[in-house]
Amino acid sequence: MSAHDICVSVNGVAHKRAVESRTTLADFLRHDLELTGTHIGCEHGVCGACTVLVDGLSSRSCLMLAAQADGRAVETIEGTAGNDGDLNAIQRAMIEHHGVQCGFCTPGVVMTLIELRRNLNGRPIGEDEVRRALSGNLCRCTGYQGMVDAALAVLNAAGA
Amino acid sequence: MISKLADARKGAHGLIGKSLRRLEDARLLRGAGKFVDDIHLPGMLHAAFLRSPVAHGLIHKLDLAEARALPGIAGVYSWADLRPRWQHDRMPLALHASGIKFDVDPFCLVKDEVCYVGECIAIVVADSRAIAEDAVALIDLVIDPLPAVTDPCDGLMPDAPRARLDTPDNLVALTRIKYGDIDGGFSRAAHVVKERYRLSKGGPHSIETRGLVARYDARDETLTVHSNTQMPHRAKQVLVAALGLGEHQVVVVNPDVGGGFGPKALFHPEELSVPTVAMLLGKPVKWIEDRYESFVSSAQERVQDWDMEGAFDANGRLLAIRGKLSHDHGSSTPYGIALPYNASSNLVGPYVLPAFHIEIALCLTNMVPATSTRGAGRPQGTFVMERLLDRMAKKLGIAREEIRSRNLIKPGQMPYSTPVVMRDGSHMTYDSGDYPECQKRALEAADWAGFATRREAARKNGKLLGIGLANYVEGTGRGPFESASIRVGASGKIMIASGATSQGQGTKTMLAQIAADVLGVAPADVHVVPGDTRATPMGLGAYASRQTVTAGNAIFAAANEVREKAIKTAAVMLEAAAHDLELKDGVVRVKGVPGHRKTLAEIAHAISGVPGFALPGDIAPGLASHVDFQINALAFCNGAHVCEAQVDPGTGHVKLTRYIVVHDCGTIINPMMVDGQVLGAVAHGIGATLFEWMRFDETGQPQTVTYADYLLPTAEVMPRVEIHHMESPSPLNPLGVKGAAESGTIAAPAVIISAVEDALRHLDLHIRDLPLTPPRLLALIKRAQKAGERP
Ligand code: FES
Ligand code: FES
Repeated sequence: MSAHDICVSVNGVAHKRAVESRTTLADFLRHDLELTGTHIGCEHGVCGACTVLVDGLSSRSCLMLAAQADGRAVETIEGTAGNDGDLNAIQRAMIEHHGVQCGFCTPGVVMTLIELRRNLNGRPIGEDEVRRALSGNLCRCTGYQGMVDAALAVLNAAGA
Repeated sequence: MISKLADARKGAHGLIGKSLRRLEDARLLRGAGKFVDDIHLPGMLHAAFLRSPVAHGLIHKLDLAEARALPGIAGVYSWADLRPRWQHDRMPLALHASGIKFDVDPFCLVKDEVCYVGECIAIVVADSRAIAEDAVALIDLVIDPLPAVTDPCDGLMPDAPRARLDTPDNLVALTRIKYGDIDGGFSRAAHVVKERYRLSKGGPHSIETRGLVARYDARDETLTVHSNTQMPHRAKQVLVAALGLGEHQVVVVNPDVGGGFGPKALFHPEELSVPTVAMLLGKPVKWIEDRYESFVSSAQERVQDWDMEGAFDANGRLLAIRGKLSHDHGSSTPYGIALPYNASSNLVGPYVLPAFHIEIALCLTNMVPATSTRGAGRPQGTFVMERLLDRMAKKLGIAREEIRSRNLIKPGQMPYSTPVVMRDGSHMTYDSGDYPECQKRALEAADWAGFATRREAARKNGKLLGIGLANYVEGTGRGPFESASIRVGASGKIMIASGATSQGQGTKTMLAQIAADVLGVAPADVHVVPGDTRATPMGLGAYASRQTVTAGNAIFAAANEVREKAIKTAAVMLEAAAHDLELKDGVVRVKGVPGHRKTLAEIAHAISGVPGFALPGDIAPGLASHVDFQINALAFCNGAHVCEAQVDPGTGHVKLTRYIVVHDCGTIINPMMVDGQVLGAVAHGIGATLFEWMRFDETGQPQTVTYADYLLPTAEVMPRVEIHHMESPSPLNPLGVKGAAESGTIAAPAVIISAVEDALRHLDLHIRDLPLTPPRLLALIKRAQKAGERP
């Protein structure tokens, strides 16, 4: 099995590692870096539980090889709370609106919403658009309504 | 007992009924949850399975040599290799069930005959999962194929091939519900409707798959299994029996669990083979099901064929229903007959049904076992009843809500005992509820009366809009018991342990909320340990929407015992009479005498014991209590759903535009969490009705093994669900609670199909098969249009 030397920035910290060609970014994050907040639900790119941001773009870490992340900046759920460990506005809204049940899809959902929030850049958003943005994250527990409400509340809040 | 506890409620702190934010959330939102795949133990090995590629056949050759020789492999094992470790040839699962003709316990690994695609044949253990999978590919397997049984109706024909060679035929169980004057009902009937339905229900599909990490410590001879099972105590029981260990040698612990929905309650073959190889190798072994494995090897719900007829009088009142249910049971009987029996008994629903006869035939097929997933058969039974009512309403030219009103059980008839005999021999009895009021509120909330205007407005925009209605009941809180213990530490922190388990429902919050309400402490100061056989000697776990009823009442009783003990102890400490004391906000004080007080922490400390000194007042040590709450009768929750569906006749696409639920689960502990359960359950029902279809070809090969082929509902297709509550407390338990986790699924198929038929009423469509995918609906529309064109 051939190996690759890679250097990946994860949540602002540079990691130099040797990885097997076939190691996915998800497995690299979970097993090599022990960042287990990124979850694996299908390993075929549909469920979105493994969503991370790569150079700011939401990506399925189960479909990307670790070697492909060489030289890139990856953001995962572990990097989302503030330095003091405080939850960010999206996370707080998820509690307030009961957007979490088992929590397995949750990290992927939060990463998707972080990207959405950056892209909106303060522009208000309607429910249909939020639902479309979340349609790549399967959740089997909540029926989505809580997370949709959380997103609407945060994304349309003054100063969002 | 009940009235005594109800009195105790009077000291409560007003937390019951509050939408407390969940204790579980912050960790999960940080990505700091600890799920089974997040567990890493030193020296841990990884398992993968060789699974049967065909639905039925005999193993002709199984050569493991090449796989064993691969570097990085710790071991490769077949049934014959592991059999010496086991007490029995098969997994000792048999759940007692009358009606089962032959108990077909599954094999842990195939001995010689493979009975479904995905059945485990060999287990490979390696340094990494990838290497283990490499080795699986090196196993030389040759199977002589046998004909497969893939349909429950075909499989029951006299000349059908056998799904297993070790049973004389495929009819593994034949049972019935039969009461009342069936023949009389049909001979007196003014109208009869006869229909045949073929209902495929969606599977569980928790986003976290099944998995476990097993570790055997030879020094203390203990097997520890970290598993996302819904029933750790049951898993322990099976492991004890299968491996011939003592109860003291087996520990099963739940980490955080990412959804359950039924199948994680079942003990699957991997749950025995992985611990067995961990013992054999003396190293921790992890196995995490991948999604393909989940599609082919996790229990699921599949096809039921219902051939039914209903007899009504001239006013649309039910006289009798009779028919036959042919149920695809899969290749073994790991879970009795609960699924088709629930389906059949739930057909009765909230209606007066004077006579009922259903023959329930369970057919062995060459598929993974069919066991309960959310709703557990009830959506199918409810679907059949509600469709028969809609058909009869149409025949009689009366409104759908009117035929239901004429048949609903009235509140004055409560508790209402049906003649249906339940598992424990008792009669199915609805304990409380106001079904007509529930329907009325749903119609009002939906503005049912104003629908004609909305339909017309939609028509002007070129859309076909329909509205549907369905009522249902669900027997919840299945016994026989659940355990909960509570202990106040000398630090003042409170620990709860329970046999109840958590897969995302908010079990921890629910238990903490009830205890905090009794003791007047902050819920955040209550630490809950669910699903750990070390923390709780006995327990059952999550199934049948039961935990708030069973564990909720257990912790309620236990917390009240602690409350009484705290007062009794404080009476000694304060030299006051117990009846002058009250427990408020975590402090026992003399009523009206400020400053005369003891905190729960001080009280706990006082009776925690100092070597050689007597405890105050000879009170038994420990501010703690353990209660096994016993209950057999089911608490019946009920509800009414109304939805509006927009149908595109050109594509067969159905879009749900409104969805209203009126839900009655008795006393509500946490309204926000109940809403969450209802919402999630409705989503499962919508999936089962419009999207989810586990398909097999005629040889038993699964055709839908990715989420690109098997469609789960997404945020985009889910309508906003509007939930209203009624609270008819259950008289069966002190809290008055009923379960809420599955009920939302039950009415969804019936209400959606009612709305779709209504949207297409000009075509007089009858939808008999689920799920209703766009191609299926389009075919029905085309056929109806063609029939309409004929002179
Ligand atoms: S695990 Fe990557 S999309 Fe499902
Ligand atoms: S919260 Fe369980 S899958 Fe979304």
